[in-house]
Amino acid sequence: MPAVSKGDGMRGLAVFISDIRNCKSKEAEIKRINKELANIRSKFKGDKALDGYSKKKYVCKLLFIFLLGHDIDFGHMEAVNLLSSNKYTEKQIGYLFISVLVNSNSELIRLINNAIKNDLSSRNPTFMCLALHCIANVGSREMAEAFASEIPRILVAGDTMDSVKQSAALCLLRLYKTSPDLVLMGEWTSRVVHLLNDQHMGVVTAAISLITCLSQKNPDEFKTCVSLAVSRLSRIVSSASTDLQDYTYYFVPAPWLSCKLLRLLQCYPPPEDGAVKGRLVECLETILNKAQEPPKSKKVQHSNAKNAILFEAISLIIHYDSEPNLLVRACNQLGQFLQHRETNLRYLALESMCTLASSEFSHEAVKTHIETVINALKTERDVSVRQRAADLLYAMCDRSNAKQIVAEMLSYLETADYSIREEMVLKVAILAEKYAVDYSWYVDTILNLIRIAGDYVSEEVWYRVIQIVINRDDVQGYAAKTVFEALQAPACHENMVKVGGYILGEFGNLIAGDPRSSPLVQFNLLHSKFHLCSVPTRALLLSAYIKFINLFPETKATIQEVLRCDSQIRNSDVELQQRAVEYLKLSSIASTDVLATVLEEMPPFPERESSILAKLKKKKGPGAVSVPDLEDGKREGGELNGGGERGPDSAAMSASNASTPSPSADLLGMRSAAPMSAAPTSAGSLLVDVFSEAGPAAPSAAVNDDGFLRDLEPPTETSGLSSELQTPVDSPFNASSRRFVCKNNGVLFENQLLQIGIKSEYRQNLGRMYLFYGNKTSVQFASFTTTVSCPGELQSHILSILRATKPVEPVVEGGAQIQQVLNIECLTDFSEAPLLNIKFRYGGALQNLSLKLPVTINKFFQPTEMTSHDFFQRWKQLSQPQQEAQKIFKANHSMDTEVLKAKLLGLGTALLDDVDPNPENYVCAGVIQTKGQQVGCLLRLEPNGQAQMYRLTLRCSKDSVSLRLCELLAQQF
Amino acid sequence: MYMQSIHLMQFMLLFSRQGKLRLQKWYVPLSDKERKKISRDLVQTILARKPKMCSFLEWRDLKIVYKRYASLYFCCAVEDQDNELITLEIIHRYVELLDKYFGSVCELDIIFNFEKAYFILDEFLLGGEAQETSKKNVLKAIEQADLLQEEAEAPRSVLEEIGLT
Repeated sequence: MPAVSKGDGMRGLAVFISDIRNCKSKEAEIKRINKELANIRSKFKGDKALDGYSKKKYVCKLLFIFLLGHDIDFGHMEAVNLLSSNKYTEKQIGYLFISVLVNSNSELIRLINNAIKNDLSSRNPTFMCLALHCIANVGSREMAEAFASEIPRILVAGDTMDSVKQSAALCLLRLYKTSPDLVLMGEWTSRVVHLLNDQHMGVVTAAISLITCLSQKNPDEFKTCVSLAVSRLSRIVSSASTDLQDYTYYFVPAPWLSCKLLRLLQCYPPPEDGAVKGRLVECLETILNKAQEPPKSKKVQHSNAKNAILFEAISLIIHYDSEPNLLVRACNQLGQFLQHRETNLRYLALESMCTLASSEFSHEAVKTHIETVINALKTERDVSVRQRAADLLYAMCDRSNAKQIVAEMLSYLETADYSIREEMVLKVAILAEKYAVDYSWYVDTILNLIRIAGDYVSEEVWYRVIQIVINRDDVQGYAAKTVFEALQAPACHENMVKVGGYILGEFGNLIAGDPRSSPLVQFNLLHSKFHLCSVPTRALLLSAYIKFINLFPETKATIQEVLRCDSQIRNSDVELQQRAVEYLKLSSIASTDVLATVLEEMPPFPERESSILAKLKKKKGPGAVSVPDLEDGKREGGELNGGGERGPDSAAMSASNASTPSPSADLLGMRSAAPMSAAPTSAGSLLVDVFSEAGPAAPSAAVNDDGFLRDLEPPTETSGLSSELQTPVDSPFNASSRRFVCKNNGVLFENQLLQIGIKSEYRQNLGRMYLFYGNKTSVQFASFTTTVSCPGELQSHILSILRATKPVEPVVEGGAQIQQVLNIECLTDFSEAPLLNIKFRYGGALQNLSLKLPVTINKFFQPTEMTSHDFFQRWKQLSQPQQEAQKIFKANHSMDTEVLKAKLLGLGTALLDDVDPNPENYVCAGVIQTKGQQVGCLLRLEPNGQAQMYRLTLRCSKDSVSLRLCELLAQQF
Repeated sequence: MYMQSIHLMQFMLLFSRQGKLRLQKWYVPLSDKERKKISRDLVQTILARKPKMCSFLEWRDLKIVYKRYASLYFCCAVEDQDNELITLEIIHRYVELLDKYFGSVCELDIIFNFEKAYFILDEFLLGGEAQETSKKNVLKAIEQADLLQEEAEAPRSVLEEIGLT
């Protein structure tokens, strides 16, 4: 038992907890818990009404059981009952239970909200705080709906207690994060901003979190906070260490508030007002100065708090990126930390310097620390610190130090932790490519990479080296020689065999003059690896062999011998067998001219964003590598253009800077681009001729250039799966989204792998769409990313706030489902639909899927009820010809009255009875809500059952809306 | 243009050296299953780290800040952009609050009075953001609540006194 048991000390609870602790086994614990659950259940169900104290105690026991990791399926009602108790502790336990075990049961939510409402209006500050804490803890949409309009009032009311204001501010923040559409600050904005001036430091500390979040979303409305924040910061920074009493923490004045103020300022550009800016620069200088002062305490809390402010100030300096003096001072300060005895500080200095490296003002200053950082990479005992050092080396790399940095990273790779090898490999590959002056160095580096960490070299990396070798004829001979030498090693990685097979197949002739690497020696070397390799590599090697027959006629007999043997020509793998059969046939019947044409050297690849970079970006999340990239573009623009040397790599880089929408999904784009520029049309027909002679064998892709390329593509490319996945997005309005015009929920897409469900709700001009991605397989989807884009001018018509919630990790386990929420705002009327793009890896193959999201203009309808008289009056008012759109069309679906009514209601308009003199006809009215305006719409649908035809007429106050609605609806009936 | 809003904190976990969770507070909506998985994985990751190692680590999309006090680990998950050192001091301030309230707090205090540990946390951090950083003010709020509770205490039955119900 604890020495101190404060408060009421529910003894029954303490005994129960002791019992659990004394259980010798998991089984005993479960037994004890089940006994307790049975007891509580019978108490709750018993005839005797329980007093508040017992109810509290049992609810608390249930909570304890839940926190042990067991499921609790009852007691919610009793907890809710406790909320309306007038005893504080009972209420408090009730709220705690609700906060921890939120239940979306709508009946309960209503009761909970009622209790909260009562407490909020009780004017008892402790009760109000409890209620606000509960809202902040649960933060559900239902609560936002009930309280989002009430809380701002409490926050700014003059007579609200400080503690209640603090809770109200953070409560509102939580609601804003869950339901930004429901929290409207409007008239309160200026009073909320002025909370920064509040006398009570606690109120400022709480309010600033809210203000920061609101400023990020509405910077213009909140921009007055900048000068208030600067003056508040200035007062704190210049205060003596004891001025702020209990807000001073280990001799540091208000560290949390200082950090939050500096964070708020990072939502804005540097202040335009000279005086404000001067004052801020002064603050930043004072903070940097203080770092040099002797510590006021030896306690780590003192230095942590002080340095927390310092690092936040440095973030702000980097964010502004306009004060060279401050940037260099920041860099020097971080340089000192690089050698600090505190591991934490070394870690943070490495991390922070990474962003400094991307500023043109401090890049050079960062580079002076290269030796220290390399040393950190070699000697730090903590892998997370070494990882930061590797990141920093990557960020500080440029042409002047690339060779040194790449060499260090390569040697680190030999002993690097498995967890970070793949990323390291990608980084080395990118740096080697980006800063290669001579391509022999590049080739050496990549081959070393494969030698040292072959398992971690992803396809993208070795595709890229081949792409570059093919495109640069000055390096082809060197590449052939080097890869030939690398293959001599008794045990070499399969990736090396792939690169070797490809390069020797293309450029083996460049080294064939040397008797030590004569054609037969080359072939024997490659073939000695054949039996140890996987099927895809063997297939690649077979293609290399047929290329050899073309390059070196003297190897023809040997190779034909190999192709002819049973293990090839009767191989159980159909791909290998087909290649063996076809290559054998091709080599025996085609003339040398035909062979030479078919097996011509690969044409150069189109330059595009390095697929490795795309991969690293994906790995680290967007934005993670974009900063150094942009910056490199800047630097390269200066150095390279000036130097007159501009390799294809830099061209590719600048392409990526311009964010070319290259479909990096299909790797290097080898398939799409190469055959077009490679094979003249005659080559194609020639091939067919060859095969028509050869008999019924299908003109397999395995023999044209395409077939060779296929080695470099994910298996699904050939399996037909991806073509199935590629829903054409250019059709005017694809079927799946058409189904959603009159309904909001359902399955948007489904194939063998993936099911996408959709639930959406619209209110006024706002919408929220829940997307559910279900993995139908038993294998996990990796690198699962989704992006929503608005094509063309749709961008300015719809505003989607993407990823309101995001999956914790980009992996969808087999059988699992993840959810994504999109918030949509309709700015003005529109006719295109936003596109949803989904990418993921399934068993190593990249899947790419584009769908139209079923967001249509009618979703923003508000129904309008009106009488027959009003209807026809407005109908007449909308009589300009362009305001009307009409279509006569054949019925595609049932003309049943109930079905039609359901559709028209699903459309979002009001279906008006007794308006049209002809009872067979349907008339509807509604208003489309966009941000800027409201568009009134009237609709009339006249069915002709005999002819199975409809006439649809729309009249709207905006022409484009009439047209669009008419188009949409004509497909629905 | 909407940006991802900044959460100061995604969740806070307290667990013992044996890996038993003592307190968990989640500031982002996650299912029970996800919570259990995250806690299990993270506890294992942290327990595997040696003393003297850095208090920060990247874990999935999150930044983890943790510190061990006697037999208990305090661990917070924050977002990539957040300030690690100030988070470390949030942990320390919470420990100070528990210490002051219980008087040399130990793991047992938190086990037996878990509800108090939650109440103190709610006074200090709300929705993952610092609500009140003054130690005095937080403790004052809690003590006032305790006072309310003693006034309201009803007489208990004999059975309850000996802990049999």
